[in-house]
Amino acid sequence: MGDEVTTCIDVSSWSCPLPLRDCPHIVMGHGGGGKLSADLVEHLFLPAFHRQESDCSEQSDSLSTLGDAATLRVQGTRLAFSTDSFVVRPLFFPGGDIGKLAVHGTVNDLAMMGARPLYLSTGFILEEGLPLAQLSAIADSMGCAAHASGVKLVTGDTKVVDKGHGDGVYINTSGIGLIPEGVEINPMRARPGDVVLISGKIGVHGMAIMSVRDGLAFDAMIESDTAPLNGLVQAMLDVSKDIHVLRDPTRGGVASTLNEIAKASRVGIVIDEAALPVPAPVRAACELLGMDPIYVANEGKLVAIVPPESAEPMLERMRSHPLGTHAAIIGQVSDQHPGIVAARTRLGTARVVPMQIGEQLPRIC
Amino acid sequence: MKYLDEFRDPALAQRLLDDIRHTASREWQIMEVCGGQTHSLIRNGLDQLLAGKVELIHGPGCPVCVTPLEVIDKALAIAAQPGVIFCSFGDMLRVPGSDADLFRVKGGGGDVRIVYSPLDALALARQHPDREVVFFAIGFETTAPANAMAVHLARHRGVRNFSMLVSHVLVPPAISAIVGAPRNRVQAFLAAGHVCSVMGYWQYEALAKQHRVPIVVTGFEPLDLLEGIRLAVRQLEEGRAEVENAYARAVTREGNAPAQRMIAQVFEVTDRKWRGIGPIPNSGWRLREAYRDWDAEVKFAVSDICAQESALCRSGDVLQGHLKPNQCPAFGKQCTPARPLGATMVSSEGACAAYYNYGRFVVEGGNEWVTK
Amino acid sequence: MCLGIPGKVIDVFETDGTRMGRVDFGGVVKTVCLAYVPEVTVGDYTIVHVGFAITKLDEQSAQETLALLRESGAMHEELGQNHDEIPR
Repeated sequence: MGDEVTTCIDVSSWSCPLPLRDCPHIVMGHGGGGKLSADLVEHLFLPAFHRQESDCSEQSDSLSTLGDAATLRVQGTRLAFSTDSFVVRPLFFPGGDIGKLAVHGTVNDLAMMGARPLYLSTGFILEEGLPLAQLSAIADSMGCAAHASGVKLVTGDTKVVDKGHGDGVYINTSGIGLIPEGVEINPMRARPGDVVLISGKIGVHGMAIMSVRDGLAFDAMIESDTAPLNGLVQAMLDVSKDIHVLRDPTRGGVASTLNEIAKASRVGIVIDEAALPVPAPVRAACELLGMDPIYVANEGKLVAIVPPESAEPMLERMRSHPLGTHAAIIGQVSDQHPGIVAARTRLGTARVVPMQIGEQLPRIC
Repeated sequence: MKYLDEFRDPALAQRLLDDIRHTASREWQIMEVCGGQTHSLIRNGLDQLLAGKVELIHGPGCPVCVTPLEVIDKALAIAAQPGVIFCSFGDMLRVPGSDADLFRVKGGGGDVRIVYSPLDALALARQHPDREVVFFAIGFETTAPANAMAVHLARHRGVRNFSMLVSHVLVPPAISAIVGAPRNRVQAFLAAGHVCSVMGYWQYEALAKQHRVPIVVTGFEPLDLLEGIRLAVRQLEEGRAEVENAYARAVTREGNAPAQRMIAQVFEVTDRKWRGIGPIPNSGWRLREAYRDWDAEVKFAVSDICAQESALCRSGDVLQGHLKPNQCPAFGKQCTPARPLGATMVSSEGACAAYYNYGRFVVEGGNEWVTK
Repeated sequence: MCLGIPGKVIDVFETDGTRMGRVDFGGVVKTVCLAYVPEVTVGDYTIVHVGFAITKLDEQSAQETLALLRESGAMHEELGQNHDEIPR
């Protein structure tokens, strides 16, 4: 790798000629969880990764489901396998730190497949000059988070880069979990008539980060909602194994998550704006910065799509769990306008909730 | 949130709507000038609710949309220079210049930062005495007092490593240009509420009289917008052409005197080009000679940058109300929010983006949907 | 250009000769420049745009406007107006 690789991206082979073609390098929006991120996966990574597979006798279709984790069958056992990287700034923020986020992130990706998370690996890219006290605090946080989540941190790696070439710490966690039989949870399973649930109040993590971000800071009691969701998912599976979709709406918020599901399942989704639970300080911060809570990141919430008959019992069970006390029904799946998410406003009118382009930015207009 | 939530009450909105429907004997064409109003109208579906009685024409009230191409190119040129910290409101980051935008410049190594207030940019200049901090001072009259204060304080405190790239535009000349144009369809205007908080509304009286158009100062929440529209419709039905204030809690006839004094001290009137419309005389503000040392255009010698608009882009016609976004041949094809040809598709309240994102569905009784 | 949000002034102070304040927007507090609203004091509401208070919010006027709207609705009901329900 390095200077001798002068790969020319062959744009002519791409089926979708949009953004990446015009954009010769990575921009921040590619990490935003919206359309640019999706395009990167679909048009750069997937084709590259799959190019070799047509020669193999065993096709792996795990990547093409584009779920939060891959489902693998190994000698009769179904495993979920996931990876996630954390580049958050600042490293320590109200309610958490990058380490806690990293453990919860992968635990949740596995839980979103209905899997019981078991083991995590941890990879660190450390910037030269990072105070050891900070790294120690992060490591402690990870140990605590793992213990509280019921997973073990079993392997890891550490690399150091020159000062100026990393934001203090970058962390990657990968994890494996066991998927029980009878559980089929993936983004392609939403069906018209299904009910859309949220496990609690939205927009918390994103605004907690925003509240300490240079140039945009404000004073508010907003602490990140980062939390491991595997316990909540287990409680939900006890009500019914037939959960169609689970997704934690991280970057890009509930809007992006629902758009991904609508596209993957080829269904329409209609949400009721008045039903979205938003805490008052998050709402106020969003008004101030001209942002929409539906696009703001969450780190301890899940979206569940379930058959209509299990909606009420599922909701009740969620509300009795500490991480689901403010769970609510926020919408339903429709056979109209497949691939598109729409919202009914408080005035009864309808608007489209489009996929976000890049990251949501504060505005003055 | 106090003084916000009350003005979003659906029941009261329904009453205002009924009143408008009852009062309007025919369909009227009303233009809102402010991008924030466009955003609110479309996001709340008010244009759908008013269909048949009021046609809302979305005016050039988004400073992001009307900032001339060459100003964007100047911004990009400055932001790309080493040692510069280029500060901007979030709105401007994705606006396309001739062949890049601020996001791309950031991706290429430029230090581009989003700020909430121009004072944040000034603070950065004091924190980084070894860097040149440049603030992208765009906006209508609403933002001018803030921008003026930043450069005034810079000069007052001797902060030499701070400068502003100014592209302020003014609403009254724009209204004049629109209503005076030969193909004008606009019959009444909703004046931008917060512009009037700063400038007052006395300037619109001559306009209303000269062009015989009702002008109603209007706020941003659903009830404010509907009330403004209601008063405009009533005037049109009664054949009146006056200035009315439907945003009395935030606007007085004279406006904000201290703000106006600071603006007059820092800025002077200049001709400005409006992207998509063309030059409108005396329609903008630029820094006065006394602030030359804080003028980024001078400091970075970018005055000569010229630009060519995309031949396909019809932003100008959209901004003047001659074309609906979906009537533009490029809409949804060569031009989408992901790949905008002009600023009206980038800015969340550019008419084209608002239409693309929000305006695609109409509820037809119950759960049926019809593509607009 | 217009994102202006109403907030309540909870504190007023001076920084380097410029009048500043802390404004509470429904639970979120931000430091705001009050130089353009010398008449605004603690307890008042003001509209803030890009970190600057641009006008005092006239609370009485706000209440009157809302009262008028509520009344006009009542009047319509009395006169037996035909209500088109949202949506059509």
